[in-house]
Amino acid sequence: MGGGSDYIYLDHASMMPVDPRVIEFARELLRSPGNPASLHSAGLAGKQAVEDAREKVADLINAKDPRSVIFTGSVTEANNLAIRGVSTRNMNRGKKVAASAIEHISVLNSMKELQKSGFEFSMIPVDSAGLVDVEALKGVVSKDTVVTSIMHGNNEIGTVEPIKDLAKAVHDLGIYIHVDAAASAGRIPIDVQADDIDLLTLSSNDLNGPQGAGALYVKPGIRLQPIILGGGQEKGLRSGTENLFALAGMGEASRIAKEEMSAESDRLKRIRDGLIEEIMSIEGAHLTGHPTERLPHHASFRFGGIEGESIQLNMNNLGIAVSTGSACSSITLEPSHVLLAIGLKHEEAHGSMVMTLGRSNDIGQVPRIADAVKETVTRLRGFSPLGAE
Amino acid sequence: MAEVGYSKKVLEHFTNPRNVGTIENPDGYGKVGNPVCGDLMEIFIKVKDDKIEDIKFRTFGCGSAIATSSMVTELAKGKALDEAIKITRSDVADELDGLPPKKMHCSNLAADALHEAIKDYRRKRGEKADDDPQKSGD
Repeated sequence: MGGGSDYIYLDHASMMPVDPRVIEFARELLRSPGNPASLHSAGLAGKQAVEDAREKVADLINAKDPRSVIFTGSVTEANNLAIRGVSTRNMNRGKKVAASAIEHISVLNSMKELQKSGFEFSMIPVDSAGLVDVEALKGVVSKDTVVTSIMHGNNEIGTVEPIKDLAKAVHDLGIYIHVDAAASAGRIPIDVQADDIDLLTLSSNDLNGPQGAGALYVKPGIRLQPIILGGGQEKGLRSGTENLFALAGMGEASRIAKEEMSAESDRLKRIRDGLIEEIMSIEGAHLTGHPTERLPHHASFRFGGIEGESIQLNMNNLGIAVSTGSACSSITLEPSHVLLAIGLKHEEAHGSMVMTLGRSNDIGQVPRIADAVKETVTRLRGFSPLGAE
Repeated sequence: MAEVGYSKKVLEHFTNPRNVGTIENPDGYGKVGNPVCGDLMEIFIKVKDDKIEDIKFRTFGCGSAIATSSMVTELAKGKALDEAIKITRSDVADELDGLPPKKMHCSNLAADALHEAIKDYRRKRGEKADDDPQKSGD
């Protein structure tokens, strides 16, 4: 990442540094790779690396059979494969799909794409804290809905959904549930057997693994239509020669995440709570997302009277990297759909700031971060024509 | 190196904006934008001998909204009104060494706010105020 030695990086949800232990573990696969499809020694070593990685990823989510884990090139691809793959393969079950209103854009756009081939797409509303409304869910889906997608932990507002209860509600209606656990895996426990999940998306980089890898857990017995065709790798569900470094790295990152999750999440939670306490003392500061049911590394806010991209630039001038859901910082110039879904007005959504913590952060940074936020808010309000609310 | 993000000049104006604030009893006042869209700008002018003697701005918006506001006040200060009203959005963007393409429309309203302030001044004096040939200079 950029910046000097005292630069504080608080944008781990956007991109994480790769754990040096992961790089060390997987680097040999860059130096002397072998195609897992080949039967020579190098190829067999490559195959072994991929299958070892599969076991470690399966272990993180307590999947019974590692073969249920399908590696992909990204979270976006895993979400596409889950939604488009299960819907087009199971049209005999119906032609409806549903998603919570705060899903990742790759889930929402996959469902919108299905509308072109005759599927009906319904959005499940969330409350002001971002929790899926179970009664609304029951009103939206019906027995001819193929799949319902609900994110485990939200990357923009940090809210964690009661996924086991939601999976039960969805299963009671005879529908598949897809859970995007990209932001939550490795931070809070997820158990595909105990939680009874059909399809689950994982991210390598969000586990401090290399970019360029994701995974989709597919419960045994569920059939998918591949969206990338070719030589039949990954049981035909994701053709393309394996990215050995990224997959081996994702496996090792999963192993480390499982081992260290409890202690690391407790550590991050203390920093998070320190930040929330300090920042909420600023006039016109509001927490976005759930106050307690939230990801341990996630603190998100909005401020009245100022705009998020300016917050990001000003914080960067003070040596701190944060994120925003402001329209002005997005490619589409639309405010974050997540912030609108929790009921914020456009002018409120513009003032958002998201902080996501990682291994480089420590509790000692809280005062400096809080001071920088106070300075930023005061400065930008100083030349804003709008009031603090 | 490939050009990414904002120019140095945009960041410099964002960090040290010129002419921030308000003018009490301004001779002209212009306001453009809408908080719903994420940008709102106000320009205040003091006029003497048909020249902009003083100018101040307040802006709610992104980095380019703040930088263009600052730049337009710098360009307009001391200029005759007839000259100042010719300052276009693209003049402002050029003086800032360019803006990212997606910012050219939404966050480059500062010239419009200046024009509104000049027109307001002329209206108050009973002059014809609608000669604004450069409204969309980009």
